Amino acid sequence: MTADPSITSNGESEAKHSPSEPLLSVDGLSVQFQSLDGPIEAVSDIDIRINRGETLGLVGESGSGKSVTARSILRLLDSSASLDGRIHFDDTDLLALDEAELRPIRGNRISMIFQDAGAALNPVLTVGDQVSETIRMHQDIPGEGISGVERNALTSLLRPTDWPKRFEESWARTIELFDRVGIPEPDRRAFEYPHEYSGGMRQRAMIAMALSCRPELLIADEPTTALDVTIEAGILDLIEELQAEFGTAVLFITHDMGVINEVADRVVVMYAGRIVETGPTRELFEHPKHPYTEALLDSVPTLDGTESLDPLSGNVPDPQNRPSGCPFRDRCPEANAACDGRFPPAYGVHPEDEPATVSERGSTTVPEPRRDGSDHATRCVLYGDVDVLQHEPGLSGSSTAEPEGDK
Amino acid sequence: MYRYVLKRLAQYVPVLIGVSVIAFLLVHVLSGDPVRTMLGTGATEEQVEHVRTQLGLNAPLHVRYLSWLAGVLGGDFGRSIMSGESVSSLILTTLPRTLWLAFGAAVLSIGIGIPAGVVSAVHRYSKWDYGATLLAFGGISIPNFFLGIVLILLFAEHLAWLPSGGYVSPLADPVEGFRRLILPWIALGTALASIVMRMMRSSLLEVMNDQYIETATAKGLTRDLIRNKHAIANALIPTVTIVGLNVGYLLGGAIVIEEIFAIPGFGQLTLNAVLNRDFVVLQGVLLVTAFLFTSVNFIVDLVYAYLDPRITYE
Repeated sequence: MTADPSITSNGESEAKHSPSEPLLSVDGLSVQFQSLDGPIEAVSDIDIRINRGETLGLVGESGSGKSVTARSILRLLDSSASLDGRIHFDDTDLLALDEAELRPIRGNRISMIFQDAGAALNPVLTVGDQVSETIRMHQDIPGEGISGVERNALTSLLRPTDWPKRFEESWARTIELFDRVGIPEPDRRAFEYPHEYSGGMRQRAMIAMALSCRPELLIADEPTTALDVTIEAGILDLIEELQAEFGTAVLFITHDMGVINEVADRVVVMYAGRIVETGPTRELFEHPKHPYTEALLDSVPTLDGTESLDPLSGNVPDPQNRPSGCPFRDRCPEANAACDGRFPPAYGVHPEDEPATVSERGSTTVPEPRRDGSDHATRCVLYGDVDVLQHEPGLSGSSTAEPEGDK
Repeated sequence: MYRYVLKRLAQYVPVLIGVSVIAFLLVHVLSGDPVRTMLGTGATEEQVEHVRTQLGLNAPLHVRYLSWLAGVLGGDFGRSIMSGESVSSLILTTLPRTLWLAFGAAVLSIGIGIPAGVVSAVHRYSKWDYGATLLAFGGISIPNFFLGIVLILLFAEHLAWLPSGGYVSPLADPVEGFRRLILPWIALGTALASIVMRMMRSSLLEVMNDQYIETATAKGLTRDLIRNKHAIANALIPTVTIVGLNVGYLLGGAIVIEEIFAIPGFGQLTLNAVLNRDFVVLQGVLLVTAFLFTSVNFIVDLVYAYLDPRITYE
């Protein structure tokens, strides 16, 4: 791809970024949906930070609120959702913007790719048209804006085939993008419809569409879940390559710990609408502190088969009757009386920290946070007040858990 | 594309042969004795027998069928046993009137139903939506003959704005032709317009929940563009199916409407053929009707394939 000034400027800004100024910061986000049985809180009190150029993995089971969180950022949820909290994107408060103000951000500075590219592409428009219209929408190419003809329902039904070609510059960029994302014969395939593409090609086209305006943030919502493993690897590589090239930050949503391990710099683990653990990928994988994270890691098969799989029993609690306190306690092997109280705050942890049962501490109240500045934090009562606990004999060797496992 | 059209046309042949057999059998097995109807109750056995032989009714069924079929293939549908007129010329005179009526009503119902459905879906639960929905339920519920009579009473008798019936070819005299067709079009098209409106509304609402609409929103497209370029084309696909299924209803409804508005069309030809047991006319009419239905389906399939690129001309 030709050297475009925007790439280098993005690349520089990535290099210059300061950790205190994240590209995206979500603070205390809660999303409620109105339903016939009253409001349902899909996600509660979500804090997320993404720095320029980094990849944040957002992991959790189905129903944990990953997609709702992602859609909140682009404000894609329908009108039955009410959002609370703050979502700041590069000094812009996304929750304060109206439709018209959001539009120049959507698809341009923040873009999104979806799990099922087959459903996410419009079946009656050519793939090239769908990519090039994004370029025409956001890039001020003279004479190639969205035309009145296109806005008119009657004429858009006529679907003149020379349309794309009339917008030479944006079409040329589309072809170039197709080539870049590895779609063979882009000149011909740009004129084809989504159903003529294979699953992997569709996702490549989605990536071309999402990256067509070199966004600062790409939200990837389970982009490889619907694909074969061999194709998955290619798509992951492509995302990483383009991310490096464009300096794009990625919010990568998946339920697959293996994929997270491959792509993410940092990980956020969600359970039942809550963040339960965050940390740098390597550290979180080697020293998971939340019993749920441990359980997720235990359910990933290893190649040599030395570790037996330890699948988690039970299901994510129904969002309408979430238990008070820690939502994981019904499935948690370590649950104790303190877990019934309020949902614990984030406790900063270090790799060597050991969990303790609250009963052993002789208290059933949720401990206060300590070490707020840590990169790695967990919201499990077992890690409250660890300093104190570990200095008392007999507690660190308790039978509760060995977070390091066999690693 | 051309191969597809040819292939579809080739499929007409077995369909029409089947229809011709059924039409022939139905007419001859079910209808009363045409000759007795013709001659009246005072006719003697001899007279009846004489006419039967004249009409070829004494030959075996298959011989009669084949000789009729041979005529049809040569463009000769026979002669009416009542008036003695050539059936093909009867059809050629009356059919254009009915086509004007039916297709005008179809265009009217699509032209009103689709925009109304779009407005209803876009302004869901607004006064426009409720108003259009109310009208649509009214339109579906009122029988077309009743609506026709009300329209005549109101616009022809009471207000005297429009003629109450009769037919003038819009090609010969456009103004008078359309003036006479307006009320029949409304009477015939209202129900279909209502169905199309409801279908377009629900199908557009459904499409707006599809994933690709979310993609379009996430791309930062304007609402207008999303609706007009991305949603409507998809929402039209199920609507076209409904229209196709109901064009047949229009052809059937035309019989009633022609009677009310005194349009000497294909419907009246059919009705009189049935009443007079004019089997020669009836056979021809049934065959042409089958041809019309097949053609409408064919056109709908072509539109369908145009709207939905996933359907190929194969």
